[in-house]
Amino acid sequence: MIPEPFLPVFYALVYILVAPILGGLIAGIDRKVTARMQGRVGPPILQPFYDVGKLFEKENPVVTASQNFYVLSYVVFMVVAGALFFSGGDMLLVIFAFTLSHIFIVLGAYASYSPYSHVGAERELLQIIAYEPMIILTAVGMYMVTKSFFVSTIAASTVPIILYLPGVFIGYLIVLTIKLRKSPFDISTSHHAHQEIVKGVTTDFAGPNFAKIEIAHWYEYVFLLGVIWLFFAWNPLIAVAAILVAYFLEILIDNTMSRVKWQLMLRTAWIIAGTLGIVNLGVLYYLGMVVVP
Amino acid sequence: MQILDVLLCLILFPLIPALCLLVVRGDWGRSLIVQLSAIAIGIGSLALLVLGYDKGTLIYSIPPEPVSQVMFFIEMVLAAAILYLGIKYRKSLTSVLILVQAGMLVWFEMNLAGRIHVENNLFVDQFSIIMAMIIGIIGTLICVYAVGYMTTYHTRHQEIRDRRGIFFGILFIFLAAMFGLVFSNNLLWVFFFWEITTICSFLLIGYSGTEEATNNSFLALSMNLLGGVAFMAALIYLVISDPSGMLLDLNYLLTTGKAIALVPAVLICFAGITKAALMPFSSWLVGAMVAPTPVSALLHSSTMVKAGVYIIVRFAPVLAMTTEGLIIALVGGMTFALASFMAISQNNAKKVLAYSTIANLGLIVACAGVGTYNLMWVAILLIIFHAIAKSLLFLCVGTVENRIGSRNIEDMGGLIVRMPKIAIMMFIGMAGMFLAPFGMVISKWAAIEAFITAPFGLIFIGILAFGGSATVFFWSKWMGKIISVMRDQTVIEDTVAKEKWMVLYILTGLVVLVCLIFPLISSILIEPFVLNIYGQTARLAQANLTIMIMMLCLLMIMPFSMLLYGKNGQSPALPYMGGRPMDGPMHFAGSIGTSREIVLSNYYLEKTFGEERLFMIGASCCWGLLLIAGILLLGVVL
Repeated sequence: MIPEPFLPVFYALVYILVAPILGGLIAGIDRKVTARMQGRVGPPILQPFYDVGKLFEKENPVVTASQNFYVLSYVVFMVVAGALFFSGGDMLLVIFAFTLSHIFIVLGAYASYSPYSHVGAERELLQIIAYEPMIILTAVGMYMVTKSFFVSTIAASTVPIILYLPGVFIGYLIVLTIKLRKSPFDISTSHHAHQEIVKGVTTDFAGPNFAKIEIAHWYEYVFLLGVIWLFFAWNPLIAVAAILVAYFLEILIDNTMSRVKWQLMLRTAWIIAGTLGIVNLGVLYYLGMVVVP
Repeated sequence: MQILDVLLCLILFPLIPALCLLVVRGDWGRSLIVQLSAIAIGIGSLALLVLGYDKGTLIYSIPPEPVSQVMFFIEMVLAAAILYLGIKYRKSLTSVLILVQAGMLVWFEMNLAGRIHVENNLFVDQFSIIMAMIIGIIGTLICVYAVGYMTTYHTRHQEIRDRRGIFFGILFIFLAAMFGLVFSNNLLWVFFFWEITTICSFLLIGYSGTEEATNNSFLALSMNLLGGVAFMAALIYLVISDPSGMLLDLNYLLTTGKAIALVPAVLICFAGITKAALMPFSSWLVGAMVAPTPVSALLHSSTMVKAGVYIIVRFAPVLAMTTEGLIIALVGGMTFALASFMAISQNNAKKVLAYSTIANLGLIVACAGVGTYNLMWVAILLIIFHAIAKSLLFLCVGTVENRIGSRNIEDMGGLIVRMPKIAIMMFIGMAGMFLAPFGMVISKWAAIEAFITAPFGLIFIGILAFGGSATVFFWSKWMGKIISVMRDQTVIEDTVAKEKWMVLYILTGLVVLVCLIFPLISSILIEPFVLNIYGQTARLAQANLTIMIMMLCLLMIMPFSMLLYGKNGQSPALPYMGGRPMDGPMHFAGSIGTSREIVLSNYYLEKTFGEERLFMIGASCCWGLLLIAGILLLGVVL
């Protein structure tokens, strides 16, 4: 079939093509489930695709032309990060590319001098510093169990990683709430209508640019859920089940919690990373429970 | 003996322009001398690279006889001068410290120096070559830049006495001393050059002669003299252990093993910590920002603080797997995390740069303190990347400051319109400090991979994860400020002098170039050096390198996407103002018919990341750690 050396490229291509479809579906299901939780009927599952399609047909108003560049870079590097991940690349490199892509959306928000988008940019940065330590600790934890930073090796591991990294997993789920822009941590922008700073980082993006941001989010969903897969990679069935349960939990949290201030978000994320993450890794380190696949 | 000639040239040649600059008046002559000697020194350091990169460690014997006496004499004269200044400005701490140090030196000379005889006084290896390149290229570029800067500086600050002759003289003496420091194999010589760098920085920080500058220069002096006392104690300990003075031979000392070398290593590393401005001594480097900006650039990138980390990295093999080494690494790690947090709360551009420098030096020391082979590799990589990106950033900030008359980040709004070229260079410099796939992220990544296998590495990974995310915050919000288009939109950078542009272009090019060719630098310089010491070496996986270079290329292509937009009739929209009508640029209609200006300000999170509180925490923890190291050391000695 496909020769061995080209497999990473193949996986990367599959991700680039399939992830937006999958991500859009997830977004659609998310909206449906959310609506049911709130006692509404909700939009059709394919609504996100209709929305994005319509956005592309609109005109593209920008405050400065450079905004186009920042949004494009945001999408491109989000795709690069995800493609690197699914082609089995180095987790740390994936994380750095992921951060790079977010810096671009932040810069895009700064470039317009609307106070709303400015506050959104600052808050987005706070979100980045809140989740980044935990994501790095997740990569480090996986290294400690499988002796490799490469996603290909981690995914091929027959060790039930989750049993070694329960603390890291819980920590990851909590920062996932930040990443998926779910309450109580949707402080920079939100998928709900009730945003107190209008729409945060996305305030001054409309039409095709806003559509690109949506697509980047879809790519991001698939990547973030892919990390959950790694915890359960030894058994694909359990992995899929874990992803479904985890995502349902995120929706539930989203609909039952109210937004917090940034101080509380930062503190929660860092304390969780500092305690659950570091203690989990410390125990692993101390016990020498480091397994070679 | 060709390489030896180059070494001697590099150490002695800068003294010639130094002397000339003391007497030459007038911009034209000064500029000519500085540029010619910069070219000469740059060529010299390149020649050293070409001749010496594949030679391994070369040791040269230089007769110590007249040189040591001359050094002692100079040290005594300088001590007397500092004592005089200390009394004149009523700085009792400085006076006491210089008396202690001079006393130790005299005692050493009377009782011990007679019997010692060190033949192998100079040496060069790959690490020295790297340092020489940093000093010889970045250091001299900063000097070239300084000529134009100081002219503007004195037009802007008429009240400051024009002592540019002395200023440029000291700059070149500083470079000479740095060359001496990295080429000396005799620790007595290292100490001599060490003290010269201390005194040069003291004079440069105090250049403007204002009360603040004087106070800060004495602060820097006292802290570095304290380090000098520790250094001197190490020398005395070494000579008492072996009266023939064999142990003063740095290369020999490093091979003797921990039993003998640990005590002097820790003492010298303490000196290194003061010089590299780690906590609790970080305040001197923050205070040093009162100096003219090229001085800050020099202190932060290629001289002074790099001397501190240089010596600690040299002693890294001795520190490896020792409690003392771990403590030094912890001081570095604490400094990295806390200084990164403190940078968040600063709106003074130079202060942000200062804290970022302190943080990175902390990271280098953390690597060196743990001291495994792959961490040594990371430490040297960090030294290179940091030197280039930081010098560029300081010079950019200096240029901006000269134009807009402020070093406050809040005043840099819309710089992308007002000074587009400078803004883009600052962007590249900042990207070099915290974004993938540029230098500092490569190092951070390598550091995580190296710490994971090191003893107690987990602590440092935690520190890197948290501190690293803080750096993302303060750099990005600064970047955001530069690109947010605000207020007046006229271009004001066309008055910047030509040689300044040249320096900035070269440094910007270097930031990008070094990212592209660092695998080469690593394989011809760093890896052989690490291999020579540890018998094994580190490198990044080839697959990752390819991806990084692809990312870098992608990043360079992306800006061209701007060409696709812009022209074909896009309607520039107004920023969203919550529905308020905009009556004029940057103004909106307020209540009862007023027109209000839009003023946007960054988050500084003073309450969470306030400077004072974090410094108190850091200083007390680091003093505690150093105290423990001191007690351990005492236990070893007794």
